Amino acid sequence: MTIERFPVEASHILMFARSIGDTNPIYEDAVYAKGTEVGSIIAPPTFAQSSAQFDPDYFLRPKPGQAWFGSAREATGIKREKKDGESSGAAAGGLHAEQHFTFHRHVRPGDVLSGTTKPGKNWEKEGKRSGKLMFSETITEYRDQNGELVITARGVGVRTERVIEQ
Amino acid sequence: MPLAATTKVGDSYEETIVENLSRTQIVQYAGASGDYNPIHTDEVFATQVAGYPTVFAHGMLTMGMTGKMLTNYVGDGRLTYYGVRFVRQVWPGDTLVARAEVSAVRTEDGATLADLVITTTNDKGEVVMTGDATARIG
Repeated sequence: MTIERFPVEASHILMFARSIGDTNPIYEDAVYAKGTEVGSIIAPPTFAQSSAQFDPDYFLRPKPGQAWFGSAREATGIKREKKDGESSGAAAGGLHAEQHFTFHRHVRPGDVLSGTTKPGKNWEKEGKRSGKLMFSETITEYRDQNGELVITARGVGVRTERVIEQ
Repeated sequence: MPLAATTKVGDSYEETIVENLSRTQIVQYAGASGDYNPIHTDEVFATQVAGYPTVFAHGMLTMGMTGKMLTNYVGDGRLTYYGVRFVRQVWPGDTLVARAEVSAVRTEDGATLADLVITTTNDKGEVVMTGDATARIG
């Protein structure tokens, strides 16, 4: 995955902060932010994950003219035979197991980021509730308009043999 | 008030980061983050196709909400690292408490840093997410 252009906008930061229930004025009030140590509006720590909005091929966003796997007239828009032993988690693209962010600095409105993702390690583990767990890691480097590294993100996805019931 | 350089190992802070999580907040997070996986927002798909009891929150919503506790504790723009492991699903109706405890205070390149251990727990007392963070405190 490559994100060529992720323009960081104040309105997107506001929406993102609202979605995580964070009313901190540092995310929405430029006048307040100017008087703080930080000096301007910044994005919440996990905001970089919304780079998905700027990935033209992101598979978890419905696109006009393409079948979508969520429900409409039927419970799913994509008819597809499950392979033996494959879980529904796999059909939905697996689950998120870990996420790590290293902040070289904090993102501000006006930044234009780019993101380059490389595959990392792959490993397997036997789970108590879910059967075999297959982990895979990706590393994304977000750079700003000057080519400076801003955030390094490491994500780990997991596919399970069985749906995890609780 | 950002965490000060007088912070010591064992200091801790906790916050209720969401009460009675609504499906609508999960929809809000889907819209803001761009992750529209129907497993999080589409009851019909989640139950009939994916086989879950209902929809469940994005792991990243729990990480985001826990991040609110963290920045309230350490101060804005102070984090140098924040990483988590998703342990258990978070369901609509859950109330979550996030806690951070200082595990080390150290100096690196002239800056004072605090390492924190993070735990987010649901109202049944089950841990839903664990993590670590590092913040600049002086």
